[in-house]
Amino acid sequence: MERVPILKLGDILIISIQIDLDDQSVLGLQEDLAERVVATGARGVVIDITAVEIIDSFIGRMLATIAAMCRLLDADTVVVGMRPAVAITLVELGLSLGGVRTALDLEKGVAALGHLHGRDTTR
Amino acid sequence: MTDGGRMPIASNADVVAVRQQVRAVAIEAGMSLIDQTKVVTAASELARNVLVHAGGGRVTVEVVDDGRRRGLRLAFSDEGPGIADVEQALVDGYTTGPGLGLGLGGSRRLVDQFDLTSAPGEGTTIVVTKWARG
Repeated sequence: MERVPILKLGDILIISIQIDLDDQSVLGLQEDLAERVVATGARGVVIDITAVEIIDSFIGRMLATIAAMCRLLDADTVVVGMRPAVAITLVELGLSLGGVRTALDLEKGVAALGHLHGRDTTR
Repeated sequence: MTDGGRMPIASNADVVAVRQQVRAVAIEAGMSLIDQTKVVTAASELARNVLVHAGGGRVTVEVVDDGRRRGLRLAFSDEGPGIADVEQALVDGYTTGPGLGLGLGGSRRLVDQFDLTSAPGEGTTIVVTKWARG
């Protein structure tokens, strides 16, 4: 199983998925992230999927699970960088990820978290 | 790993390998990025089904040509418990496992042809075809 690194920037955790995710790595990421959110007291999580070429129902459910889990741990999640072909395919597959906040890129994702927490993190 | 386009599905790593091989062959067949993404996603769902519901199986990946256009044909087969009610298995949200129940119905929407043959105790074979547009 390959591990996905989790980076900390202020009170935000940033995950950039650069590997072809197998199901074990997905489950490992969920556990690692829950521990890091609690250990660091992070208020926000940004998941960058710019490099992710496909999202199937398992990976899609992982994103929804992470968002729900972080909410319970007092952190907001933003998924950034979804490719157009991935978005089209996800909707056709039947997963609209209604509970997952998204932004077009990392910068907008970080700004969205700052806005949620009532401050401007881009300055 | 591949033997005449035939690949084993026995582990999570094999599911990833199937995705990568289907992507490579879809590019070879001249598919657009969106069609590549759809067929690779369908392959990922179906390969995982083989692993989760049957404990393993195999897939054959080949380029097909009907004289007018090229496409990709994927044949998944296993010797698992089989599917008792195929119509019900294709309904979104229906599942006998831990998943979302989108694998079969969802992957059928992502391809052009979808043929499922199964009976209890006799395993399952699913053959899907995706044609390149234009």
